[in-house]
Amino acid sequence: MQTQAMQAMIRFGLGRRGREPLPDDPAAWLREQLAAPDGARFPAGLSDSADGLIRLRTQRRTKQPGDPLVGPAFHADLLAQMTQCLASDQPFRERLAWFWTNHFTVSLRQGGTRAVIGPYVREAIRPHVTGRFSDMLLAVMRHPAMLMYLDNVSSIGPDSPAARRAARHGQLRGLNENLARECLELHTLSPAAGYTQQDVTSFAAILTGWTIDMRADRPGFAFRPDAHQPGVKILMGRDFPPGEAGGVQALSWLGTHPATYAHLATRLATHFIADVPPPAAIHAIAAALRQSGGDLGTASHALIARPEAWRPGTKLRQPFFYAVAALRALDPPLPGHAADGPAPDSGAAPHPPAAWLLADATRTMGQPPWDAPLPNGWSDRAADWAAPADLIARAEWAYRLAGHDVAAEADPLAIAQAGLGPLLRPATRAAIRHAGSRRDALTLLFTAPEFQRC
Amino acid sequence: MSRPPIPAPPVLIPRRTALLGLGAAWTLGSASLALARPPGPARRDGRLVVVILRGALDGMAAVIPYGDPALAALRAPLVPPPPGQPGGMRDLGGFYGLHPALPVLHGFYAQGSLLPIHAVAGHYRSRSHFEAQDYMESGADTRLTSGWLNRAVGAMGGLPHGPDGAGLSVGLSTPLLLRGPTPIGSFDPLQAARPDDDLLARIAALNAPDPLTGPALRAGLRADTYSIRALSARERADAASSGMTAPGAPRPGTARPDPFLVLCHTAGTLLAAPDGPRVAALEIGGWDTHAAQMGRLSGPLRRLDAGLGVLRDALGPCWAHGAVLVMTEFGRTVRINGTAGTDHGTGTITLLAGGAVAGGRVGGTWPGLARGQLFENRDLAPTTDLRAVAMGVLRDHMGVPAHAMPRIFPGSAGIAPLAGLIRA
Repeated sequence: MQTQAMQAMIRFGLGRRGREPLPDDPAAWLREQLAAPDGARFPAGLSDSADGLIRLRTQRRTKQPGDPLVGPAFHADLLAQMTQCLASDQPFRERLAWFWTNHFTVSLRQGGTRAVIGPYVREAIRPHVTGRFSDMLLAVMRHPAMLMYLDNVSSIGPDSPAARRAARHGQLRGLNENLARECLELHTLSPAAGYTQQDVTSFAAILTGWTIDMRADRPGFAFRPDAHQPGVKILMGRDFPPGEAGGVQALSWLGTHPATYAHLATRLATHFIADVPPPAAIHAIAAALRQSGGDLGTASHALIARPEAWRPGTKLRQPFFYAVAALRALDPPLPGHAADGPAPDSGAAPHPPAAWLLADATRTMGQPPWDAPLPNGWSDRAADWAAPADLIARAEWAYRLAGHDVAAEADPLAIAQAGLGPLLRPATRAAIRHAGSRRDALTLLFTAPEFQRC
Repeated sequence: MSRPPIPAPPVLIPRRTALLGLGAAWTLGSASLALARPPGPARRDGRLVVVILRGALDGMAAVIPYGDPALAALRAPLVPPPPGQPGGMRDLGGFYGLHPALPVLHGFYAQGSLLPIHAVAGHYRSRSHFEAQDYMESGADTRLTSGWLNRAVGAMGGLPHGPDGAGLSVGLSTPLLLRGPTPIGSFDPLQAARPDDDLLARIAALNAPDPLTGPALRAGLRADTYSIRALSARERADAASSGMTAPGAPRPGTARPDPFLVLCHTAGTLLAAPDGPRVAALEIGGWDTHAAQMGRLSGPLRRLDAGLGVLRDALGPCWAHGAVLVMTEFGRTVRINGTAGTDHGTGTITLLAGGAVAGGRVGGTWPGLARGQLFENRDLAPTTDLRAVAMGVLRDHMGVPAHAMPRIFPGSAGIAPLAGLIRA
């Protein structure tokens, strides 16, 4: 049973935090996390997306050098979310939040997203982690972060009033396919569903006018009728009416499509079970989605009900979750993690050193949060994280962490036993025992294969 | 070498940046580099570098067919001024012009060591970045677990020599292009404090039973030992302290160096070493210009241009028998889209550069831009298969025998290597 409890914490969670109690019934512990509301506590002073857009707008209007308004809010949000990972006592829910954030990747590599990417996770992803997928899809597609990241803010119907006005001024304005294509390919149907280039173009037309009103008192999503392509559009052989309703209907249809469910099931199983997951597991999760109308809580239940999901060590931890697990094992104090942090603007947000360490670690190991190179996000395959230089980078990071203040009083053997329990191999225990220093011992623990896997 | 039983989600080979300070900017296009040494001396001791441009470069923006009468009507806002005017393109013989942000490449062209090939496409017609990159690197119609360059290195023949007969990857992550049965080590030139050799050896020993981390750590330690010999101690110290190794990179305390330039420099240095690797792969992103393309494309083009200059300098005399193949997964729409950018297309440009390249001309067959000449009334029509270009370089530059091509590029029976890319 202890093995099962350990496995639940490692496979579905973020690694045991210090000596937090082990659940007597691991599956029930996971189910409780799905049933309970999101217990994440973020400082009250964090910006929401409207605040972020106001900061961005003010910066642009006043042409201030650097990033004086957006930068501090961004860092406060990032560090608050890092701290949440380290502190969470709902680690399965937390993993799911990061999983869906990656499914709907928005990346800092597209300039303006910095102002709204932290709020994006808290507003569009977290509220729907155990809710309906189509609700999350709609929240994502209306969120300023996604509209900016995949260029939909400026996509205009070629026959819209806005395009005609632009033409009179000698400007050519029209469609941008980016969001429509990635929504079909990555977020919903996947190419297996056999949509065509015409479907992509059609869906892009459906989404024209879905933009951001930057001038409003509270800037955010707005539908601009005069930028919308008029007329009925055909997507995958179905008619969708003009106007904002057409987009809402199309997303509702895509978000509940069997091909979407199969795609989501594949991604969940690949992330949690194995790089090449057993077909039976995929089918079971897809069936749960179909029977529940796309309920992600039900899908998560189906995931943990699969026996294959409890086989230890089939996955390699991604750098981000690897760093989280090592830091949670050390159980550093997390001052300032409370409901009432100071406002980010006060310049004295007491972010715990461990949160900085985590943000920094993920960069040195090639997975900085919210910074995926492309819209398909970070890979779930071990091969993409296991080049020789990747493993050396992990060893070097582990060595730096083991020499850091947060590890200064650690008892390596106790941490190994607490963090791995029955999964700790005799060879690793012996290596830790025979190490010449605390630092060497901790490095050996964090680089042992049973710690790198999940 | 078979398909996984489940159609896996599209996957990206991660591109990583090396150590960045926490206060630094969070958005940095990253780069990576991988190297390999064939198991023997290659023909004429040639050096081969493959550069992957991830995100689909608009070939008609890099090498502009300004002599095509239909160009202006289709994409006037994306066409720089004619050659000779301020900010104008650089002429390539009267029909084509090079983007103004490519001065180094224009110099190569003047020396006869740049050969752009136009209207090239892979053998797939997917407009998905992720599928297309997988196919381009696998060299096949499906995503394989190995890449064509890795299989080619294995076929370069000769007698085993050197410490491990292994390859080397510099920078975090090895692209799919160079993964596979031929061993590839890796080395990160931008390192910080690290465990001593004894501790690293114990780490490797603890990982030995693991089928994934065991071999990777062993290769990592080997590659590192080798690289330390190849790069001077001083360079290593510089790289470790500041990442400043690339000529032309900013001085310490100014801006952060461009990892792509650092990796180009490292690649050139290692490839130039007498017992060093002979094949390298690098990648650079930033090409997915769906909006405001005119402004957004200059930066990545400038980085690519500077990187190839750094690579030439670092190769030194070896540049004379070097060839660089620059490729991207597909091209972009011929017409400008509604947001002053371009969407996913088909035909694009491939560049060959280096002293061994028979350059100073633009290759390929121009398909034309008139009505009825576009692919699906949307894209530049492809007239040259990217695999034919790669095969030509492998055969004439690296001595890969013709009988090995079907194994390197499965399903390529109807494709012949392009002749005349490499100086005889």
